[in-house]
Amino acid sequence: MTTNNDDMQHATRRRFLIDAAALAGSLGVGLALTTVPASATPESMRGAIRKVLGEASAKKGKVKIDLPPLIENGNAVALTVSAESPMTAADHVRAIHVFTEKNPQPNVVSIYLGPRAGRASVSTRIRLADSQKVVAIAQMSDGSFWSDEIEVIVTLAACLEGV
Amino acid sequence: MARALINVPAKAKRGDIIEIKTLISHEMETGFRPDNTGKLLPRDIITDFVCKYNGQEIFRAELYPAISANPFFTFTTVATESGTISFEWSGDNGFSATESAKITVE
Repeated sequence: MTTNNDDMQHATRRRFLIDAAALAGSLGVGLALTTVPASATPESMRGAIRKVLGEASAKKGKVKIDLPPLIENGNAVALTVSAESPMTAADHVRAIHVFTEKNPQPNVVSIYLGPRAGRASVSTRIRLADSQKVVAIAQMSDGSFWSDEIEVIVTLAACLEGV
Repeated sequence: MARALINVPAKAKRGDIIEIKTLISHEMETGFRPDNTGKLLPRDIITDFVCKYNGQEIFRAELYPAISANPFFTFTTVATESGTISFEWSGDNGFSATESAKITVE
């Protein structure tokens, strides 16, 4: 008899936990829907990239984005961009631009280098508002453009919360 | 005055590639965040960062709201001669900060 009672209690508690989880889930979804932030779109990212490229087109390679694939906190994400180049007066990286697909604005940072850099590798910390694609475009001294892109997953987004 | 931290090696061999790290305290308010009344807080960010080696520009960055609070940069340069490496940040609402470091190249 007592065992039966225990089973009942367990069953009710389990039921309660499931219900609570479901409720929390639906509330979370509701909240996410009510606070839709301003966001860039893949189109606006292409527009921003187009502004950098002009009439030229970017080939894949030579530049590399280094970002953790799984990001816990989007407010400060360590980003390293590097490019293969001998960095001589005749052949060097002139600029590296970084773009995102779903941040409120597509531009993240534009870096201008020269042969005096010695190595084309720069680190900074960026904000990411969502799981999205990050693109880097490098411009070489001969005018050619090279690109790299990476998909990242962000669990806690930047920019969305109030103060 | 914003607090800036910079890290430049005091001594280097001529021709060596040295690493420079900079960090400056700044909120980098994006302009996309609402305050507790629901109004958007106005944008207040650092927009430009320039590093010069004995007066000649060696590194420049344009910053956007997607740069985290307290902007941090690591980059490299070739140690060519003894002198001063200077750093300059400027941004919204007339923000401006400068810092410099001495380097001895032998």
